[in-house]
Amino acid sequence: MSAAPSRRDYSLIGRDARLAVETGLSAAEWYHTDLSRKQMKELMQRSDYPALRDTAIWLGAILVTGAGAAFFWSTWWCVPFFFAYGVLYGSSTDSRWHECGHGTAFRTQWMNDVIYQIACFMIMRNPVTWRWSHTRHHTDTIIVGRDPEISVMRPPDLVRVVLAFLGVRDVWHAMSDMLRNAAGIISPAEKTFIPEQERPKAIRIARIWTAIYAVTIALALYMGSWLPLMLIGLPRIYGAWYHVMVGLLQHGGLADNVIDHRLNSRTVYMNRLNRFLYWNMNYHVEHHMFPMVPYHALPKLHELIKHDLPTPTSSIVAGYREMIPAFLRQLRDEDYFIKRELPPTARPYREEFHADAAAVAAE
Amino acid sequence: MSDWVEACRVGEIDEEDVMRFDHAGRTFAIYRSPDDDYFATDGLCTHEKVHLADGLVMDDIIECPKHNGRFNYKTGAARGAPVCVNLKTYPVKVEAGAVMIQIG
Repeated sequence: MSAAPSRRDYSLIGRDARLAVETGLSAAEWYHTDLSRKQMKELMQRSDYPALRDTAIWLGAILVTGAGAAFFWSTWWCVPFFFAYGVLYGSSTDSRWHECGHGTAFRTQWMNDVIYQIACFMIMRNPVTWRWSHTRHHTDTIIVGRDPEISVMRPPDLVRVVLAFLGVRDVWHAMSDMLRNAAGIISPAEKTFIPEQERPKAIRIARIWTAIYAVTIALALYMGSWLPLMLIGLPRIYGAWYHVMVGLLQHGGLADNVIDHRLNSRTVYMNRLNRFLYWNMNYHVEHHMFPMVPYHALPKLHELIKHDLPTPTSSIVAGYREMIPAFLRQLRDEDYFIKRELPPTARPYREEFHADAAAVAAE
Repeated sequence: MSDWVEACRVGEIDEEDVMRFDHAGRTFAIYRSPDDDYFATDGLCTHEKVHLADGLVMDDIIECPKHNGRFNYKTGAARGAPVCVNLKTYPVKVEAGAVMIQIG
């Protein structure tokens, strides 16, 4: 199910991209809750220990579930192992590339770099391209024409959203991009956010990955078995559902073209297992407002600033209960969005940037 | 012509920390290293003009608060994406309890 063509131009080299720059929506000064320098320094402090502990558990779980899946291959007992392995490989890597890309997971930078490279390979995101696209995402979060990481554009293409849970479309694009980059081609959109001196690195990585997948496919053919591909590559399809499920909640259905993360991002309370898999990215307003704060300090940051934030969404289910109706309504009214109410203790910020759209949301 | 101007008093900045200093329409970042030495750079990140004084000092690195770009604040060298352009540094001296920077 998809709606009529959008009035929004999401192209990074299109009309809305130019407008965002001209109107000051791009590279704007975003709202921040006030925190003392002392508090911020405490929150920003880096430590290797939490990420070393979590990474040991994470890699151990990948090895155990992968080995179990291979051991029970060709029996039904392999299914639960592949289920867990798929989520670890094709979904939990989303938060690992993200946090290590920010350089905040570990204090020691080479550790961030190693996990970043591994996670990028598994989630099929070129580490150079995505480092720069994510930089833009933080500069221009959900600014139409500027943010390359808007997962649900308006009006929402619900077929595409559903297919994202299956991972097929993502993998198709990832493989196409990889082969294109491996052929030495950087697209015009990529050129808008990847600096020229970084482009050869993107091409080199794409060539290395292409070689790894070629060897994996050759091994599968040699063995006459799908097993090598079930362990390398395909988990990005059958294990993608989890990262899409939690990832859509980050900004789905909320305002676009505002410069206040409280209005375009969503904090969702999740249990300990989800927060381990997702590395606390459920505290998404907090992460965007203060990207220097490591994942392990986000719960503390949340406690310090929640008086200034909208009421957090109480669960994943609650998030979908508000998001799905918003997506459906956007099919016939793309200007509709979920208007986040700030608590009475919150400081308002730049209402004029979205006053017209707010009126639509209030209808 | 180069001028020495007082940026702050000794001890006004915590060890391994940074402070913003504005002067004559320009903005600077003044650092106190873990070894108790003082350094000065331009105050804005070369990537997207964010105040580095809101960032994190770790050893000889200043990390930008917006995109986590890294510089060596002693040399100004860009040390991690997304920063690609080095940061301008300024001579610093401590005199009579004042941290002075030479603004060219």
